[in-house]
Amino acid sequence: MGGNNKSGRQEAVAPAIELRGISKAFGAVQANKDISINVARGTIHGIIGENGAGKSTLMSILYGFYKADAGEIIINGNPTLIPNSQAAIAAGIGMVFQHFKLVENFSVLENVVLGAEDGPMLKSSLSKARSTLTHLAEEYELDVDPDALIEDLSVGHQQRVEILKALYRQAEILILDEPTGVLTPAEADHLFRILRNLKDEGKTIIMITHKLREIMEITDTVSVMRRGEMTSTVKTTETSPEDLAERMVGRKVLLEVDKKPASPGKMVLEVEDLRVVDDAGVERLKGISLNVRAGEILGIAGVSGNGQTQLLHVLGGYQSATGSIRMNSEEIDLSGAHSDGQSRRARSIAHVPEDRQAEALIMEFTAWENMIFGYHNDAAYQKNRFLMDNPAIIHDTELKMGRFDVRPPNPRLAAKSFSGGNQQKIVLAREIERNPDLLLVGQPTRGVDIGAIEFIHQQLVALRDQGKAILLVSVELEEILSLADRIIVMFDGHIMGERDPAKTNERELGLLMAGVNDDGKAA
Amino acid sequence: MDKMPRWADVFLVPFINLCLAFMVSGLVVLAIGENPFDAIYFMVKGALGSTSGIGYTLYYATNYIFTGLAVAVAFHARLFNIGGEGQAIVAGIGVAVVLLLFNWPHWMLALPFAIIGGGSFGALWAAIPAYLQAKRGSHIVITTIMFNFIGAALIGYLLNGILKNPSSQNAETRAFGPGAHLPTAHEILAPLGIEFSKSAPLNIAFILALICAVLVWVLIWRTRLGFQIRAFGQNEDAAKYAGISAVKITIIAMLISGALAGMLAVNVVMGEQERLIKEFVEGAGFVGIAVALMGRSHPFGIVLAALLFGMLTQGGFELLWEMPTVSKELVLVIQALIILFTGALDNMVRDPVERIFLRLRKGRS
Amino acid sequence: MMDSFIQLILTLDMSIRLSVVLLLACLAGLFSERSGIVDIGLEGKMLVAAFFAAAGAYETGSAWVGVLAGCAASLVFSMIHGLASITYRGNQLISGVAINFLASGMTVVLGNAWYRKGGQTPTLSGDARFHDITLPFAEALSDVPVLGPIYSDLLSGHKPLVYLAFLIVPLSWWVLYRTRFGLRLRAVGENPASVDTAGISVVKLRYQALIITGILCGIAGAYLSTAQAAGFGKEMTAGRGYIALAALIFAKWRPWYAMGACLLFGLLEAISNLYPSINIFGLVTIPVQFTQALPYILTVVILAGFVGKAIPPRAGGEPYVKEQ
Repeated sequence: MGGNNKSGRQEAVAPAIELRGISKAFGAVQANKDISINVARGTIHGIIGENGAGKSTLMSILYGFYKADAGEIIINGNPTLIPNSQAAIAAGIGMVFQHFKLVENFSVLENVVLGAEDGPMLKSSLSKARSTLTHLAEEYELDVDPDALIEDLSVGHQQRVEILKALYRQAEILILDEPTGVLTPAEADHLFRILRNLKDEGKTIIMITHKLREIMEITDTVSVMRRGEMTSTVKTTETSPEDLAERMVGRKVLLEVDKKPASPGKMVLEVEDLRVVDDAGVERLKGISLNVRAGEILGIAGVSGNGQTQLLHVLGGYQSATGSIRMNSEEIDLSGAHSDGQSRRARSIAHVPEDRQAEALIMEFTAWENMIFGYHNDAAYQKNRFLMDNPAIIHDTELKMGRFDVRPPNPRLAAKSFSGGNQQKIVLAREIERNPDLLLVGQPTRGVDIGAIEFIHQQLVALRDQGKAILLVSVELEEILSLADRIIVMFDGHIMGERDPAKTNERELGLLMAGVNDDGKAA
Repeated sequence: MDKMPRWADVFLVPFINLCLAFMVSGLVVLAIGENPFDAIYFMVKGALGSTSGIGYTLYYATNYIFTGLAVAVAFHARLFNIGGEGQAIVAGIGVAVVLLLFNWPHWMLALPFAIIGGGSFGALWAAIPAYLQAKRGSHIVITTIMFNFIGAALIGYLLNGILKNPSSQNAETRAFGPGAHLPTAHEILAPLGIEFSKSAPLNIAFILALICAVLVWVLIWRTRLGFQIRAFGQNEDAAKYAGISAVKITIIAMLISGALAGMLAVNVVMGEQERLIKEFVEGAGFVGIAVALMGRSHPFGIVLAALLFGMLTQGGFELLWEMPTVSKELVLVIQALIILFTGALDNMVRDPVERIFLRLRKGRS
Repeated sequence: MMDSFIQLILTLDMSIRLSVVLLLACLAGLFSERSGIVDIGLEGKMLVAAFFAAAGAYETGSAWVGVLAGCAASLVFSMIHGLASITYRGNQLISGVAINFLASGMTVVLGNAWYRKGGQTPTLSGDARFHDITLPFAEALSDVPVLGPIYSDLLSGHKPLVYLAFLIVPLSWWVLYRTRFGLRLRAVGENPASVDTAGISVVKLRYQALIITGILCGIAGAYLSTAQAAGFGKEMTAGRGYIALAALIFAKWRPWYAMGACLLFGLLEAISNLYPSINIFGLVTIPVQFTQALPYILTVVILAGFVGKAIPPRAGGEPYVKEQ
């Protein structure tokens, strides 16, 4: 490994990218530890690992977004310094981030040109980009309207703009970070076709994902990362999903959830013709009707952004809507005055929202303050009419943290100092321990490590077995399939259909998620 | 994991910030041809060298505790109330109206009503911008600033109109009756055998300020309302999820803030002037911003910061006698620099201090 | 009829004069806020510029040197704001407040130490002040009915800085929408990460924006003390920096709209200056304090009612920290 001199033979087989001994620490956290990989030109290389394994950090270093503490980057056989993104672009590297880096109220053209202008005046840059885009669109199935505003485009199209941005800068190496997280299966298939086209043109692609299926489907080689280290690199043809999963977590994992068949009881939640129009005047829920019984988990599948969030917000009491919601056979007032999170909680509806850090927790608050958040008006937490009973709350929190295995079990620690999994356990402890008749859960395991996923899934099933009704929203099909007793698929604010998890599969659900009906017609 | 110990966060960093602000202020003094060390000497002597100096210092500090608490309560709800000045002005009208309306028999009876008058007028002046922010989305920073100007015009109008003392040349009300006179430090301490300056305006409102500080602490950290105010201030989306009404919290927090700013009028209008004049706030509303920032929005820190600013104000006035080239606006410069260093340039000090502690910790483990 | 026409021309003429400060400050705020830096320190920058412009003009006898001095002082303050809000990721509102106080204090402290006039500068005269420019043929055309007065009284006869300010409007539009710099500037105020990942320095762009802001505030302040008035007076900006911010919101952060908004606010100020106590049908006399407060009241009303949905640059007020 140690040789710096390049011989002619090495030149001939020089990999597109070679990383040697890359290390990076953020404060006391070692995000990348001595990482080395080779990626051959014209291949698709997958990097797989759990959340927080250091995948994105590594790629951000390669793209010059972060500076490595140690290590070397060698592009096409030439040691290259990448102190910033400009250097990465100059070295022919393009990156599609998980959260797109687009200017929402700019046109596609402006976004593509931004940073790659020809001169101080815009006019010539824009017309040049226009013709290049037409050309790229034909070559790689990357068609988008150059004059459309980003905010008017679907997520899939926005992603194409990101790829176009990279290609416009003549990237030879393309990095994609969790590219399918927000895509329907059909959109994902289209993306994979584009990636294969690019590969055929000799481009090198690195794809970060935590989805085993995608790795198996599209990559040539795959590296596994665990806790900041690169544990192994293998040819995709020589591995299996089970093998990769085991390498990811370092032990054998159960992907299936162990549960008995459901025994649904009385009707708990009945929703009829629910409609939501958002602030911008867009109809986000277009007549949703569903019901959940005691002792069952209703899973709502769908690509994110198809109305699931609005549904949870309406049920949770912080989004106005029309239609009807009956909870335990009593009509809920949707008119606003009595429609808020407090009144929902009073109706025995608990809610674990999709976005933990943005909604469920106050990151600066202590664990005990978060443990009463939303229930802070509860009589049990008050010492008298004016003062809260802090010592009692702290004691209560300690017990709950113990029961939900929150680590470290210190109620005085701020929420931000817990890991994602433990933050989620705090939220679940708060909501489940209220013994609600209905639990709304959104993305229960997003950003949660595998160990905690198992625990959270067990808790949900246990709650169901106690005869509680659960409405589960998740974009992870695997999660829906393993937890839900019935599955509803949402697309564009509609319900596309209901399926029995025992009698369906990812393919059928995927079609529904893409808005394709039973008869094969698009909605 | 915390990057540095709590004492460093709460005391060391603000202390370094303060030192930097004073250093730059010293350079300003130097630039106008005076000796900064002499200036410090005169200021400290003026502020603490006599019971009169101390009396003035604590009198100013009383104002700053009120306005500092006002800014802090709004800060906890992530509302930037720059309108303390206007709220105090309008509260002055409230205090004056209450005290002019009756011939009060005793201050103990007059004080609660003056508090209610001042508090409610101050709260009202904060409530309008709060309502506009909560319901109409107007930027509260701009509206509260506009309300400072409007408040100044309002008091000008009233003091030249219905509230004007007809037998005076100046735009002022007639003097309040003797029954509205608040006991001064001299009057309180004399029976105890303690000699305190007769001229110093320090009065019982100082105790009121300390009580307010305790009440604000209880409110913010021990009550449901405080919990909701802090939650709303930290994360508006989460507050929505929890069923905390943004409109309600915005308005309540601003009402409390405005009422606290209004207490300044009790100290100045009732306790010192004993009549309403136009320019009685003298920028104390703005000083409250610096006080709240330095005190990290915590009542204990605010009381300490208010004492410091009280010293600065009183010392600044004394300085004028000693150094004719210096003007009283020097205090404003010092305040501005303190706001700048503790509020806006905080990371300039914090980052390196954090790095030092991180290195120390690594060295140890 | 003729009288009221002349009255109208007079009022509009005054509106133009008074709107210049607002317009320059508003455009200054536009560049800053478009780059994602909220700037409530326009007031302070104008004030410090007004002081140094007056002092510079007095010392050298040249109004143009005054403008340079004003711009330099305003730039220093602008860079302090940059240091706080860009380099050290501080709270931009607090930094702005600090800058305003610093300007209030500093101008009087220095003014008093230098000139011993309670914070004022000596009155400017001769070339230390700007003079009116008479546009070509203004004399000759003044007798033409209607159009004559409009041309020779309304459009002609302003200080050079007035014409400069109104030229900066189309210039700003062109920079913002037709140049590479403008594209990047608008992008960095909307989504700094998009600029950063495109290999452009967010920090550099924002500092560039603040340089423009500093210069424009400098010209605005210089206009106040060397063109509109004849010298610096304590607190002479009188909240115009804040009104300019309100105008900016009203204008939805666009140059042409900004001009419209500032002319409107200028008109309000002109009305309150020209007609201090309006008597309505001999019944009610509107007090002078009301007309003085009118621009502030209307700012509140406009912000509360007529703005509609004013969407500020999305990254405004938030320091940029790299994340994924």
